[in-house]
Amino acid sequence: MSADIRLAGAAEAALLAEAEDAYEGVHDAAGTVTLGFWIYLMSDCVLFAALFASFAVLRDQSAGGPDAREIFRLPYVLVETACLLVSSFTYGMAMIAMDRNRGREMLGWIGLTLLLGAGFLSMEVHEFASLIREGAGPDRSGFLTAFFTLVGTHGLHVLSGMVWMAVLIAHVLRRGLTEANRTRLSCLSLFWHFLDIVWIGVFTVVYLIGVA
Amino acid sequence: MLGRLTLDAIPYDNPIVMGAVLFMVVCALAVVGGISHFRLWRPLWSEWLTSVDHKNIGIMYIVLAIVMLVRGFSDAIMMRAQQALASDGGAGYLPPQHFDQVFTAHGVIMIFFMAMPFVIGLMNLVVPLQIGARDVAFPYLNSMSLWLTTAGAVLVNLSLAVGNFARTGWLAYPPLSELHFSPDVGVDYYIWSLQISGVGTLLAAVNMITTILRLRAPGMTMMRVPIFTWTSLCSSMLIVAAFPILTATLAMLSLDRYLGMHFFTNAAGGNPMMYVNLIWAWGHPEVYILILPCFGIYSEVIATFSGKPLFGYTSMVYASVCITVLSFIVWLHHFFTMGSGADVNAFFGITTMIIAVPTGVKIFNWLFTMYRGRVRFTTPVLWTIGFMVTFTIGGMTGVLLAVPPADFVLHNSLFLVAHFHNAIIGGVVFGCMAGFNYWFPKATGFRLDERLGKISFWCWLVGFYLAFMPLYLLGLMGMTRRLDRVDNPVWHIYLVVAMVGAGIIFCGILAQLAQIFVSVRDRVALKDATGDPWNGRTLEWAVASPPPFYNFAETPVVRARDAFWQMKRLGIAHRELPAYHQIHMPRNTGAGFIVGGFAAVLGFALVWHIWWLAIGAFAGAIVTAIAHSFNENRDYHVPSELVALTEARYLQKRLQEA
Amino acid sequence: MDRLSNPGVRGRGIVSLSGVSPVGSDMSADRAFLSSRVLRRMAAVAALAGTAPLLGGCQVALLDPMGPIGAAEKSIILFATALMLIVVVPVIVLTLAFAWHYRASNTDAVYAPEWEHSRAIETVVWAVPCLIIAALGTVTWISTHRLDPYRPIASGEKPIPVEVVSLDWKWLFIYPEQGVASVNELAMPVDVPVEFRLTSSSVMNAFFIPELGSQIYTMAGMQSRLGLMASRVGNYEGFSTNYSGDGFSGMSFTARAMSAADFASWVKNARAAPGALTLASYRALARPSEDVKVRYYSAVAPGLYHDVLNQCTGGGPCRDAAMSLAMAKQALGANFSLCSPADPRGTP
Repeated sequence: MSADIRLAGAAEAALLAEAEDAYEGVHDAAGTVTLGFWIYLMSDCVLFAALFASFAVLRDQSAGGPDAREIFRLPYVLVETACLLVSSFTYGMAMIAMDRNRGREMLGWIGLTLLLGAGFLSMEVHEFASLIREGAGPDRSGFLTAFFTLVGTHGLHVLSGMVWMAVLIAHVLRRGLTEANRTRLSCLSLFWHFLDIVWIGVFTVVYLIGVA
Repeated sequence: MLGRLTLDAIPYDNPIVMGAVLFMVVCALAVVGGISHFRLWRPLWSEWLTSVDHKNIGIMYIVLAIVMLVRGFSDAIMMRAQQALASDGGAGYLPPQHFDQVFTAHGVIMIFFMAMPFVIGLMNLVVPLQIGARDVAFPYLNSMSLWLTTAGAVLVNLSLAVGNFARTGWLAYPPLSELHFSPDVGVDYYIWSLQISGVGTLLAAVNMITTILRLRAPGMTMMRVPIFTWTSLCSSMLIVAAFPILTATLAMLSLDRYLGMHFFTNAAGGNPMMYVNLIWAWGHPEVYILILPCFGIYSEVIATFSGKPLFGYTSMVYASVCITVLSFIVWLHHFFTMGSGADVNAFFGITTMIIAVPTGVKIFNWLFTMYRGRVRFTTPVLWTIGFMVTFTIGGMTGVLLAVPPADFVLHNSLFLVAHFHNAIIGGVVFGCMAGFNYWFPKATGFRLDERLGKISFWCWLVGFYLAFMPLYLLGLMGMTRRLDRVDNPVWHIYLVVAMVGAGIIFCGILAQLAQIFVSVRDRVALKDATGDPWNGRTLEWAVASPPPFYNFAETPVVRARDAFWQMKRLGIAHRELPAYHQIHMPRNTGAGFIVGGFAAVLGFALVWHIWWLAIGAFAGAIVTAIAHSFNENRDYHVPSELVALTEARYLQKRLQEA
Repeated sequence: MDRLSNPGVRGRGIVSLSGVSPVGSDMSADRAFLSSRVLRRMAAVAALAGTAPLLGGCQVALLDPMGPIGAAEKSIILFATALMLIVVVPVIVLTLAFAWHYRASNTDAVYAPEWEHSRAIETVVWAVPCLIIAALGTVTWISTHRLDPYRPIASGEKPIPVEVVSLDWKWLFIYPEQGVASVNELAMPVDVPVEFRLTSSSVMNAFFIPELGSQIYTMAGMQSRLGLMASRVGNYEGFSTNYSGDGFSGMSFTARAMSAADFASWVKNARAAPGALTLASYRALARPSEDVKVRYYSAVAPGLYHDVLNQCTGGGPCRDAAMSLAMAKQALGANFSLCSPADPRGTP
């Protein structure tokens, strides 16, 4: 205990300096926000885990309706996947531009990301619409229910990411690359890459294994 | 235009419901009248509803919890009265349609809108102070969490007046909760109130974890973190890992109900047992989400009032972490009787028992904290000792239920009901009450009346044993839960005793309300000028009561586990500083409150299928949040003169007291 | 309620007088004795007085089992409780003793304001619960396997299969070997294992006869299994333990354990009942109804239980057929179909 109390002089001084920083407001705010966002992403991960699990349970429950092999068109989904993967790359380029303080270039990359996201999403909506037209809607069977929900939830995430991107474009145009905007852009970056990773899971578990 | 909503939704013909509604309306009008009369609208808005101060938010959470405790308890006493009246050939006074709503609402309210806000409220109030922080990591998000939780609570209460609540039991097992078997709005109220408050809870947990990991005072290593903060961290981690499962599960149920999907339906390949698995994958961790912070409270209370450091702090931390991890691999013990194989049942039975080990260690550690101490029998200590005795019994019956062959005959019986009330009342409610009495002076600046506090404790304790010990026996006699009527004179007598017990608990609640009232009235006499009324050990006692809005004028430097105790020993507590610095603080904002309001409207519109309103409310909430992100005027600096003045006043008051 | 007229039943329906006279020994005597409500109450008070202090009284269904499964479960409950009391009793006693002895006013007690750690004590407090849980865990592993509801009961007698369907809100028992069925009454010969196969027509329920032991869920589209055996003649109340909607409280049945001869005459009596259980009468029965009276069916349409289990009593395709169709499709490609009575050519 006594050793606990009497810290070495240097350590004590370091602590006091840190304390000084703390109330001067020099605390690493961006780091805190990013950590908080990471924790949120982990919770989103659990959400998707639950959806993946329910898909795994229901995937063979086609209830007389079409099964995976009848409805999935791999080449189409491959293009969709490519859209999203490339959008992750373009977002990465945007972050590099941000680090180099090239605001205009960054906005260009973000705009491209937004377009690719829109491409992905419209392909997904088209896929959903044609399935529903063919009578393979989410109310047809347990398998289609789980499929539409898992893929649709990912799509909703992409949509909210796009709304967020639009809002951030407005932020950057208004204030430029301020510290707050940089933090926001980094969080969105995490979010966008996260959606990419989830999609790779979806592509593998739903489409590839489904057709195999 | 109004979807499914018509005037028929209001149960005019049901005198009990209308009486309750009338009572609620009268209460609401009295509050509104009082606020208007004393011209409190402006301060209410600017200092409370828009507050981002963790202390105010914590207090509002606790107010919500106490209001919902009264609501949930009235359901409890209605159930006990019905079973007592309808167990000897009588029909009772509640038809099944009403009784079934009552037990569903009781469970939902007590878990989601009483226990959760109480625990999260205490966490909000105490954790930043214990770690020497100015506020939580995300103060605006914190306000939004509170108002989302409140929005959920509003929806539940609204279901009383408009429409009805679910008649499915608190976990709404499908297929009963599917549209085919529950076509009315009850389950929809259930889904949306839980979804909205669930989002609030999740955000609160994200906030709490970030706060604890990032904003600890310099020198506060993880093994110096006060045990309540530790258990809050564990609990928050459980929330982050478990609540998304609830969100996903309820979302699936709502997709079944709203879009005709087949997750849990009997038809078209749905699988109801998947719901049971998923909901308990959330539900069992939920139990530990509630109990862990309470374990933290008992630890703080017993150490403070024994005048000793907590015995076996390291063991305590490891035990908490063990419980956190293990709580995710026990969920199947809630349905051993589903017919899983013996290997599966035995595995989950044994993992459940293993949790008893760290829990048992905790009990021993509290025991040895009292050993060679100087135990002061204040109200929080009474709650703690009451807990240690009661919870040990509840733990024992819990382990018994974890043995699958025993569960095969005890499952869904009143023995089970008695067990989880034993754990939740004896563990969570007692803990919240201990924490409430312990930290009340910190939050308000005056202590609670001890005499009424003790009366309340004894009423709760005696009432608890009278209400639930007969249920253990009834369970062994083979009485199952959720019966609105039964005809058995032997059981009748036990049920009457249980009702008397509930009545005594009711006296306990009245005593508590009286305690608050009397303490507010006598606030001058009960004043805590020192900021440290109990001779505390952790940092929250190092500041004034109530703490200044910025908490600490100077970020404390932590040199030992019981940081404040150490400061007092070294004679460096309550120092006047040579100079004060300006302090960076967040500004209040109404955004959280407005988002919560939109969420309540959204939930209501979804329940009644009023699509235009749902779209409008959803857009309103999103636009509010986005608009708030454009608000650059979010923080400000408190001038050092103001800090110096506030601190000087406090130190002067302390001196006078001494 | 209907079951008031059935006073010999042990369980929640009525006070059992097994403490006064042996269960099922003489039903008419019980009935005469119970004819007065006042007497019933007196019996109840007497029973309460007898059982309240101790759990050993015979009112306590779970501690007075009437079959081997229940008896085994009772002994596990008692063993586990005793094992845990080894640590629970000292904890409660020490809590109260320490709190009292180290009260602030007792200045004679030792005060060690810095004492917070002792390796010896911590070792013990981790080790003792670990040992107890290790012992209990071993017992759990063995007993869970021994009492697995799916495991056949060891007996020289050939088990009787019974198919159980939980309906809203009553129980249907089908005796495939005897070719009869009953509602809300389960007859079983004593000392003969009964193999239940259970399912539900709609929502989830749980099948439970406290005196006989293990309960199990009934779930639509799924089959659970349970083996039970009664070793004493008597009428025991069974019911659903899993809340299933408005009529739940009235969803009870009488399990009548009887001699082999009585069972034979029970079957004979059922065979003489008016009406058979056909698809049409099943559909009528499946409609929600509460507090349903006992009734018998003289015959059962073949495959009825199968159709309930596979959810095709409504006329749609049976679940198992749909599943095999799907599997065949998986194996043979999309352009494949099974033939069925409705579609003899099996168009894809």
